[in-house]
Amino acid sequence: MNVGTLLDSLTVFVLAILLGFEVISKVPATLHTPLMSGTNSIHGIVLVGAIGLAATADSPLTAALAFVAMAFAGANVVGGYWVTDRMLEMFKRRPTPTADKVAK
Amino acid sequence: MNATNVGYLVHLAFIVGAALFVVGLHLMNSPATARTGNRVSATGMIIAVAAEIAFVAEGQVGIGNWLIIAGGLLVGGGLGLRMARTVAMTQMPQLVSLFNAVGGGAAALLAISDFIALDGLRVLAGGAPGLDGWRSLFILADVIVGSVTFTGSLIASAKLMGLIRGRPILIPFGRIVSWFVVVCGLSVSIVLILAGMGIVTYDVNVLYLLLAVALTCALVFGMLMVLPIGGADMPVVISLLNAFTGTAVSMAGFVVGNVMLIVAGALVGASGAILTRLMATAMNRSIGNILVGGFGAAEGTQAAFTSEDGSVREVSVDDAAIQLAYASKVIIVPGYGLAVAQAQHGVRELADLLEARGIEVSYAIHPVAGRMPGHMNVLLAEANVPYPQLREMEEINPEFERTDVALVVGANDVTNPAARADRSSPIFGMPILDVDKARSIIVMKRSMGRGYAGIDNPLYLNPKTGMYFADAKKGLQQLVAAVKAL
Repeated sequence: MNVGTLLDSLTVFVLAILLGFEVISKVPATLHTPLMSGTNSIHGIVLVGAIGLAATADSPLTAALAFVAMAFAGANVVGGYWVTDRMLEMFKRRPTPTADKVAK
Repeated sequence: MNATNVGYLVHLAFIVGAALFVVGLHLMNSPATARTGNRVSATGMIIAVAAEIAFVAEGQVGIGNWLIIAGGLLVGGGLGLRMARTVAMTQMPQLVSLFNAVGGGAAALLAISDFIALDGLRVLAGGAPGLDGWRSLFILADVIVGSVTFTGSLIASAKLMGLIRGRPILIPFGRIVSWFVVVCGLSVSIVLILAGMGIVTYDVNVLYLLLAVALTCALVFGMLMVLPIGGADMPVVISLLNAFTGTAVSMAGFVVGNVMLIVAGALVGASGAILTRLMATAMNRSIGNILVGGFGAAEGTQAAFTSEDGSVREVSVDDAAIQLAYASKVIIVPGYGLAVAQAQHGVRELADLLEARGIEVSYAIHPVAGRMPGHMNVLLAEANVPYPQLREMEEINPEFERTDVALVVGANDVTNPAARADRSSPIFGMPILDVDKARSIIVMKRSMGRGYAGIDNPLYLNPKTGMYFADAKKGLQQLVAAVKAL
């Protein structure tokens, strides 16, 4: 890690936190559960780190750690997005029995 | 294409991915665009993952490493998909908590692997001490926050599933043990950071042992943190753990030098912190107060109802049906009991019947109805209740005075007037739905049992209140039949 990278990373980190505050504070209470589930899937981005780890694993120990990290992160991403979509699918202004068919 | 170009392209793809996360979150501001928002965010995720795969493919990756990537993704993704498809909406909080656990666990594993790759941080020692200090700091922060989240979320999930008692569990000398674990974990971490900076030197085995101690302390602390917290506070805790996972992922980004992880983790950390604060405000409790725990532990001091306090009036299904059918304004107050009994569809059917008779029907949703923020909205959406009918607490409270019948189905603590009046009540100060201001109240409940907070509800002794003792699902079916028969 060199000084430039560290400072760039810290800048990005702080700005992303402020952006997070700004974007989230407007969400209505109705959507808090889907939102929590949605942000939950975003932290599945750790999968990207796990791939990097798995690609460089060179001992049985690191391979095992990488495998578990891949599985954990994979479950987080796939399950998180899927279940959020399932929830949001149900939010309708005027539910009509035919709406589902039209959408599909 | 040479490796440098691929590196640039991958970095550009990460920027696109991060932007899509932000746009996706922004679209989640409104129920009308939320689903698109989630898909935009998922697209960002796919782009980021594809870019990372392209990046590692450019280097020399052995077949064994590809097998780890594919195998881990298949196993984890498969399990995640299975859970996401089969989970009942009532069980959503446990699932979110479980995903928090694995996310935090994965982040901690990244840091542990990095620790091993750096030969117990000894590779760092001898470089520029300031920078190596940062690197060591991020590694330790990631290990600790990730591990606390891992066990904490597992415990939260187990509590919500009923595998562990929901009531606060008080561990003997819990406070002292917690402090010991915190002090021990932090001091070991400081030693490791100093070792990474090259200020102190140890044998590699000692370094591994120290990491194991820090890891154990963090895992134990996660358990100690969540075990004493009562079920009613779980939504806040899950939200807090979500913020922790985001922070751990961000730290992991610093460790592996990946800006995508830093951005996404920081977004989640910030949003989780905001949601936690909103939740805590809705319950009139400080986050510190919740973490210190013991909510509901003072149960014994709360006097139980005695006959002098008044008596409970029971209503029959026909009386309840007549009251509802000849009202002009009805507010339905759904609580977790409704969800447990899977009675969302019943309540919707009743509301439709009443609306067909020209009665104004709306739903009063307390911010902590259900088991996580906004949970009840999801459950009612599942039963096809249009979201404009779901009204938030501040908006609907003034309307109770003009309401003929308030129908409380499976809600308890959020309707307890003691929160407004009784200073000795453990829930004093918690904002509640002013159900007692309605002209008449029907409470559908299985028994006189207490709610999650474990305290009695004076609403049930109010002369305006009629108790209709029934399981929410069966009771609603009977009520629907009775209204139809009128």
